[in-house]
Amino acid sequence: MATEDGNILLQAVDVKGYYETPEGSVYAVNGCTLELHEEEIVGIAGESGCGKSTYGKLLMGYGKHPLRMVSGSVTIDRVNIYDKPWSERKRLWGSLIAMIPQYSMNSLNPTRKIQNLIIDSMKEKFRSSVSESEILERAKGRFMDLGLSPTVLGLYPFELSGGMKQRVVIAISTLLNPKVLIVDEPTSALDVSTQRLLLGLLFHIVKRKIVKSMIIISHDIASLRQICDCMYIMYAGKIAERSPMESMIDQPLHPYAKLLLGAVITPEPEIRKRRLDGIPGAPPQLIKPPASCPFSERCPYAWDLCRSLEPPFLEVEPERFVACWLYTKGGATFERGFDPSRTLK
Amino acid sequence: MSEDLIRVEHLSKIFSTGFIGRGEKIVAVNDISFSCKSGEVIGLIGESGSGKTTTARMVLKLLAPTSGEIYFKNKDIWTISNREYYRFVQGVFQDPYSSINPVYKVKHLFSNISNLLKEVPKGELDRRVKELLELVYLQPEVLEKHTHELSGGQLQRVLLANCLLVDPDIMLTDEPTSMIDASLRVVVLNVIKELSEKRKKLVIFITHDISQAFYICDRIAVMRGGEIVEQGPAEEVVLNPQHAYTQRLISDVPKLKRKFELSVEA
Repeated sequence: MATEDGNILLQAVDVKGYYETPEGSVYAVNGCTLELHEEEIVGIAGESGCGKSTYGKLLMGYGKHPLRMVSGSVTIDRVNIYDKPWSERKRLWGSLIAMIPQYSMNSLNPTRKIQNLIIDSMKEKFRSSVSESEILERAKGRFMDLGLSPTVLGLYPFELSGGMKQRVVIAISTLLNPKVLIVDEPTSALDVSTQRLLLGLLFHIVKRKIVKSMIIISHDIASLRQICDCMYIMYAGKIAERSPMESMIDQPLHPYAKLLLGAVITPEPEIRKRRLDGIPGAPPQLIKPPASCPFSERCPYAWDLCRSLEPPFLEVEPERFVACWLYTKGGATFERGFDPSRTLK
Repeated sequence: MSEDLIRVEHLSKIFSTGFIGRGEKIVAVNDISFSCKSGEVIGLIGESGSGKTTTARMVLKLLAPTSGEIYFKNKDIWTISNREYYRFVQGVFQDPYSSINPVYKVKHLFSNISNLLKEVPKGELDRRVKELLELVYLQPEVLEKHTHELSGGQLQRVLLANCLLVDPDIMLTDEPTSMIDASLRVVVLNVIKELSEKRKKLVIFITHDISQAFYICDRIAVMRGGEIVEQGPAEEVVLNPQHAYTQRLISDVPKLKRKFELSVEA
């Protein structure tokens, strides 16, 4: 990936983060590289346990016991976040990078009014340098941006609908106009109409430059497809493929990406025309990850090399990165004389 | 025409809350009728609170309807003994964690349901259990585990295998794949579809996920506020919905080939 590009906002290089457990290290994120440009929305997709949420935490510098950042670097707007001590990072969260964790709309304290929640969280950040009225003024403005009435400030969380709670959470997270916003599973547990509104809202806060760019972590590829420019597919702690959204949907390269996309069910006519194939089997245990390609156990195209050595993450087409031996020189593409992107259906 | 396996006529369920006379009445299911034959997969779809699960509970004889009748092979289900009925009708429920007693191992579940099959010898039964676990891509080791040692997706598959042990004519599945990952979800849906195609089971598939229903169902009934607003062949209901509610519901589901038109305005 071009490192000299001027408008790169976040760059993560070979990030490794392990969970320390009594049984040993769990290699949750095992060498992941990511690049985020200004005004870009990036999606990270994968199945449960693939490490996508952990990766999100590591990207914001939240390497806290039992999670340990082992190696690699994360640079956000020219700030290397892991060079900063914990107290400094805490200060940067919210203004440089912010995160909306999964289920965060259910974490609003039901005994406090929304305005008190906002004042508490901002006071924590600025001690006494900002007055309450200033904070509320700002919150009102942000609420308007997100289509929420300022009267919501005087309500309790249980008086709000699911969609309104999501908006409140987004408003609090973006109050300091963070450069990067990471959203973890925003659409889970919402009905389809609310999901659609929420996707529109996330799109809106990037286009209106409330945040400069966004990373969305989700297992729901069809939702990511609606608003993301580029998609990363993770498998067993590693990035399997990174491609611009359109090419990922039209012609995924990595066998896992291909099979995963083939298993996405949508109400479109093609779905009923043929039998879809899932991916039988289970991902490897991350407490002792294999030295081979992590997908080789389940991959219908695996051959000797795949079972003995891990493939590098390489740019095989402009803008498209894949970690698969089928796409390397000396790999099957040349030796066996087939192009897997055509044969894999 | 083969005869209807299940026929539901003018079924209603009203729940009362609060003090008698002063409380509120909630109409969970309001005068619904449908019928299904063996070898079919029928989808009951709708958002939360539309009455799908209440309908399922009534068909499974777990809840007495306020009014209306349910017939199994032209017999009122309330005149059939439970023992007899559950030989032919089985259900898989939404939350697998509350469907299995956490104190016992998974094998206990299978030995419980095998009480319905007194005449089958033990060895034969064990072989069948193994076969069924294989069918849903599980190792026989899960039999020795407790519920907390298995993931939601594994438990949902255990329950599916469990209900197949009695080889029922009718399977009611309530969100059977909600905790299974996308890559395996298709595999489980294929298993369900094959049961209806090859072994002529009737599957009543309850879900909020229109896409899944579209993939495996022959017919779909869309529920809203306790009523069936639209029913018909799956292709017609999903690709050419007539009712405004169905139209909105389907247009809000994210697609792969097409993008939403997202306005920049909030």
